[in-house]
Amino acid sequence: MRPLTFSLGASLLLSATPLYANDALMELIDDPTQWAIQTGDYANTRFSELDEINRDNVGNLQVAWMFSTGVLRGHEGSPLVVDGIMYVHTPFPNTVYALDLNDDGRILWRYEPQQDPEVIGVMCCDTVYRGVAYANDTIFLHQADTTVVALDAKSGEVKWSVKNGDPAKGETNTATVLPVKDKVLVGISGGEFGVRGHVTAYDMETGEQVWRAYSTGPDEEMLFDPENTMELGKPVGENSSIDSWEGDQWQIGGGTTWGWFSYDPELDLVYYGTGNPSTWNPAQRPGDNKWSMTIMARDPDTGVAKWVYQKTPHDEWDYDGVNENILVDQEFNGEMRKLLVNFDRNGFVYTLDRESGELLQAEKFDPAVNWATHVEMDPNSEQYGRPQVVAEYSTLQNGEDVNTTGICPAALGSKDQQPASFSPKTGLFYVPTNHVCMDYEPFRVSYTAGQPYVGATLSMYPAPDSHGGMGNFIAWDARTGEMAWSLPEQFSVWSGALATAGDVVFYGTLEGYLKAVDAETGEELYRFKTPSGVIGNVMTYEHEDKQYVAVLSGVGGWAGIGLAAGLTNPNEGLGAVGGYAALSDYTALGGQLTVFALPD
Amino acid sequence: MRLNVSLLAAALMTVGTLAVAAQDADTAVAHDDGIRAYNADDIPTFNIAEDGTVDWATFSGFRRYHAECHVCHGPDGEGSTYAPALKNSVMRMDYYDFLEVVASGRASSNSVMPAFGTNQNVMCYVEDIWTYLRARGSGAIDRGRPAKRADKPEAYAEAEAQCMG
Repeated sequence: MRPLTFSLGASLLLSATPLYANDALMELIDDPTQWAIQTGDYANTRFSELDEINRDNVGNLQVAWMFSTGVLRGHEGSPLVVDGIMYVHTPFPNTVYALDLNDDGRILWRYEPQQDPEVIGVMCCDTVYRGVAYANDTIFLHQADTTVVALDAKSGEVKWSVKNGDPAKGETNTATVLPVKDKVLVGISGGEFGVRGHVTAYDMETGEQVWRAYSTGPDEEMLFDPENTMELGKPVGENSSIDSWEGDQWQIGGGTTWGWFSYDPELDLVYYGTGNPSTWNPAQRPGDNKWSMTIMARDPDTGVAKWVYQKTPHDEWDYDGVNENILVDQEFNGEMRKLLVNFDRNGFVYTLDRESGELLQAEKFDPAVNWATHVEMDPNSEQYGRPQVVAEYSTLQNGEDVNTTGICPAALGSKDQQPASFSPKTGLFYVPTNHVCMDYEPFRVSYTAGQPYVGATLSMYPAPDSHGGMGNFIAWDARTGEMAWSLPEQFSVWSGALATAGDVVFYGTLEGYLKAVDAETGEELYRFKTPSGVIGNVMTYEHEDKQYVAVLSGVGGWAGIGLAAGLTNPNEGLGAVGGYAALSDYTALGGQLTVFALPD
Repeated sequence: MRLNVSLLAAALMTVGTLAVAAQDADTAVAHDDGIRAYNADDIPTFNIAEDGTVDWATFSGFRRYHAECHVCHGPDGEGSTYAPALKNSVMRMDYYDFLEVVASGRASSNSVMPAFGTNQNVMCYVEDIWTYLRARGSGAIDRGRPAKRADKPEAYAEAEAQCMG
């Protein structure tokens, strides 16, 4: 143990020396005319100060131009705009286009990576990719096969490239990277293949690996400091992960890192979530399975964890805990606090103090959520911070080979990766949600490297006794823990939201609509049907003093797989089969960017 | 309401039985080895009783399909935006070609079927998955979880234990 403590101490000392802050990137992110990283800003608010398009004129919005990506797969993420160039990415094969906005969108350069198509076979749920990031005149691409590539932003030439994982073991990538200071932080996918999750920092200039922090395993490999890495006000202690697994199951234990990163420059902390533990059969992995399903706060220079919070210990439902952590400064119980707000897959929205990791609030953001009664908030309770599981919906307590019925939410969560938005003007969060429940039957599986490692059969259906649709778009007030309004949607809302200073909130739907609603009331102000279902995120930028709104169409991802043929509810008898809308009746594959503006 | 729904279910079940009675020789049961049913060509097939009870192997196919295949091919063999509807593929495909594709995979441009040859969770149940998808494709069973199933036969349990190791 001694060498471990020593080396962690040394790296903590290193972090005390002043390190390069990326002022140029910070300025770019603060400039509302640009969109330099996928999340819009480091805080993940997806809020724009642009207000030329506002609640009074958004009804006049028109299509300004369109661009076909040439790929027919699920299009997640959004384009970037930096210095008059738009950067558009595609799903596998992960082509990147640089479009010259000063020359009517002419293609300045394109980068077409050569990837072994074998990687497609180990990508769970479509070949989606949530987009490139910009920093220091460089576009950072993270390919499906886990190759991280730095491209010259002006020429598209490769500056460096590095392999982050091994697709032969089921390691792939779908997430964007986070450029922070002089590093690029990258995650990994493959939770359904028994991949052991990690986050890795590469030197922005050279591509050299600086640190890697695993989600499970020995303290030194997770970059945990047993005395100073805290959970809910207490040190996590030694071997916090290994002691929470049986045997060496942690080595194939998941906790992958395919969601979004956020960063607080003042606190100098990076935040992200870890995914579900592998397998989906909880009986095969007794224990809390730390640190899957966890919000991590780490030092970007050393990777050392400052605090952690496990939302769903010992997952029994695939409530993959990777959703974005939105950083806001709001009044809470009469006091201004630095908050972190997380709308988790499991249907609870968590509000924490992002400096200390203190849990301030945990509320259900969909009334259908039933797998737990509440999260224990009494710090003196042994159950502090833990969800109180309802036995009827516990797939562990009901056991292997038993079909547990009526669990809400379904495995795709009350909300999946599609990011929410926050408006400092209204103080509200705008959240794309799913309104789907499931039956879940776990059973024994064996592990083979590079093969699916699932171990449960699922049936999903719209939340019973509700509006019959599979989604809602909601406005949430984290100050009170209450819903402001909720718009029922026929399908899950699988598009990232955008809020603007024009008091408008934008989101896309699986039928293909771009919708604009009033940020105060939720009243619909505009809709336009794009060529294919929208699972991309809405973004905005300004060019030659004009505001534009852009979104990728291209149905797919988990939504395209689960909802294409429509859902059935096995518990309503055979008469209900086929009674719900099939996405394939509304849309077909596509791959288009649609850019909107007001008429001149 | 519950009663009405279950009555409706029972009514539909009768229709389902008729469909089974009308199935062609390709899916008709010729013999049974105590593990599963086979047609006259010794190709595995489903066996659905008059009251709608699904044989264990076909039910097992339902479970395994929804763990191993459904993340690409969608629920109930119905297909998705990502991969074809297997309930239709198996009605066109030769059984031995099906085994070959599952074990070795196949690729065309941007679409790849992975090779599952080394995956016991798939290969130990590939016959079950075949009969489940054939039952779906021929209309013998409807979408969703089969309402009634036979218990796991002893011979099946022995063969399964041997295969899974």
